[in-house]
Amino acid sequence: MINQLQSLGHKALDFFQRLGRGHILIVDVLKGQPALFFRPRLIIQQLYSVGVLSLLIVVVSGFFVGMVMGLQGYNTLVDFGAEESLGVMVALTLVRELGPVVTALLFAGRAGSALTAEIGLMKATEQLSAMEMMAVDPIRRVLAPRFLAGFISMPLLAAMFSAVGVLGGYFVGVGLLGVDEGAYWSQMQASVDLYEDIYNGVIKSIVFGFVVTWIAIFEGYDAIPTSEGVSRATTRTVVHSSLAILGLDFILTALMFN
Amino acid sequence: MDENKTLVKVRDLKFARAGRMIFDGVDLDIQRGKITVIMGPSGTGKTTLLRLIGRQLKPMQGSISVDGEEVTTLGHRRLYELRKRMGMLFQNGALLTDLSVFENVAYPIREHTNLSDELIRTLVLMKLQAVGLRGARDLMPAELSGGMARRVALARAIALDPMMIMYDEPFTGQDPISMGVLVRLIRNLNDALGLTSVVVSHDIEEASSIADYIYLLSGGKVVAHGTTEDLANSDSEWAQQFMKGKPDGPVPFHFQSQPYTDDLNI
Ligand SMILES: Nc1ncnc2c1ncn2[C@@H]1O[C@H](COP(=O)(O)OP(=O)(O)OP(=O)(O)O)[C@@H](O)[C@H]1O
Ligand SMILES: [Mg+2]
Repeated sequence: MINQLQSLGHKALDFFQRLGRGHILIVDVLKGQPALFFRPRLIIQQLYSVGVLSLLIVVVSGFFVGMVMGLQGYNTLVDFGAEESLGVMVALTLVRELGPVVTALLFAGRAGSALTAEIGLMKATEQLSAMEMMAVDPIRRVLAPRFLAGFISMPLLAAMFSAVGVLGGYFVGVGLLGVDEGAYWSQMQASVDLYEDIYNGVIKSIVFGFVVTWIAIFEGYDAIPTSEGVSRATTRTVVHSSLAILGLDFILTALMFN
Repeated sequence: MDENKTLVKVRDLKFARAGRMIFDGVDLDIQRGKITVIMGPSGTGKTTLLRLIGRQLKPMQGSISVDGEEVTTLGHRRLYELRKRMGMLFQNGALLTDLSVFENVAYPIREHTNLSDELIRTLVLMKLQAVGLRGARDLMPAELSGGMARRVALARAIALDPMMIMYDEPFTGQDPISMGVLVRLIRNLNDALGLTSVVVSHDIEEASSIADYIYLLSGGKVVAHGTTEDLANSDSEWAQQFMKGKPDGPVPFHFQSQPYTDDLNI
């Protein structure tokens, strides 16, 4: 009994300590951002490995999700004779909800886990220590550019996802199922609101980008410097990011569309 | 002792890890322009001592001053300024695995100076030449042997011509030829550039051939110190045992443990 209580207390303490370290880290990372302005090459390199390399999976998934929505939406809407609204349905679902959320989940799995593993292994092989002794602050040199790259990439990837998804819906709805092409686009144009829908979707993707990248670099930097520690940290990045994305999505949706 | 001659001054250092005292009141002086060798059985905390001097770890108690600055309380900016003047050779090299040998050596130069590519190239090739690896400049760290990696790391540590270099076991994994070259290199760097060197080593022969001064650590304390002759002629049992490599004596070979027979349940 006492032991259980003790281990519970221990876990709670551990949790709050990690939370504290995570916040200290993000403050340091943010403080390192202005200096990056003078070293664009660092950011470009990371934009490539964090953003560009995630592009393929995001585009392919976006297209399939769009196609599935075209199929499902058509089957539902056709019963009400409203298949002309397919474009609106696909676009709104993507822009408001699926674009940011699914992209963020894919991003956590593809880029987040890679960031954690890379940083964790740099720690385990003492590369971060070596940098410190060379008077190069790893938080500014390694973490800050990776964070910025994730933060920039995520909204762009979400936008790509939504755009390709709309095309996927078009391909199935208009191309295969015979929905009127003019109706698909014009109803979409008329009903999707720039502020209400698109801006809110973009805000979601920005928040998700911030949180996922933060979790990923923190887990890597805080990893126990062994192979087991790095593997656990990588798993945690994916699990925690996914939970954070879904939880935050609920909160943001409640705040925005209410 | 003349204050200005001491570069690193450690006083009453106490440090514990995972509840075990690693250092329990260590006093140590490292003279400017000299090669100080730190010896001691494996696991006494030699690497830890170097990390404490570089402030990668913070002591529980005691003071460590480097070039007149108290590192234990130094702020971030001042600490990084100080570290620019310190080089450290890690026990396993710790090269940046995504950069080639050339770029690894160029790394600190690129980070801290605005030199032209031409000049950087010259500097890097000079440093690589000094460690005999100019021909390996295009290899990646994964393609190097352990001994080669450590020599590249040495080239990187001297890239910015620091005032002091800490070598963590530079001789392990070197064949007799590169060992001889390394010994001479450390000596030459020290004398020609007026560096201060701290060498951690087990290798009694190599270490005593370059040491100006030796500290012998064991059980969290300095058990003997002096010049090579001092130690060789010393009547301290510690010094005698360590310099002659005898298994019996005050220096324990075993990590602290319960009696063997208890462990085996006899
Ligand atoms: N991260 C750590 N957590 C807990 N204890 C540690 C840690 N790192 C080292 N130690 C302990 O600190 C002691 C000193 O380690 P250190 O690496 O400084 O030894 P060393 O003198 O350099 O040994 P060697 O000659 O084998 O390199 C060891 O006994 C080790 O058990
Ligand atoms: Mg060591």
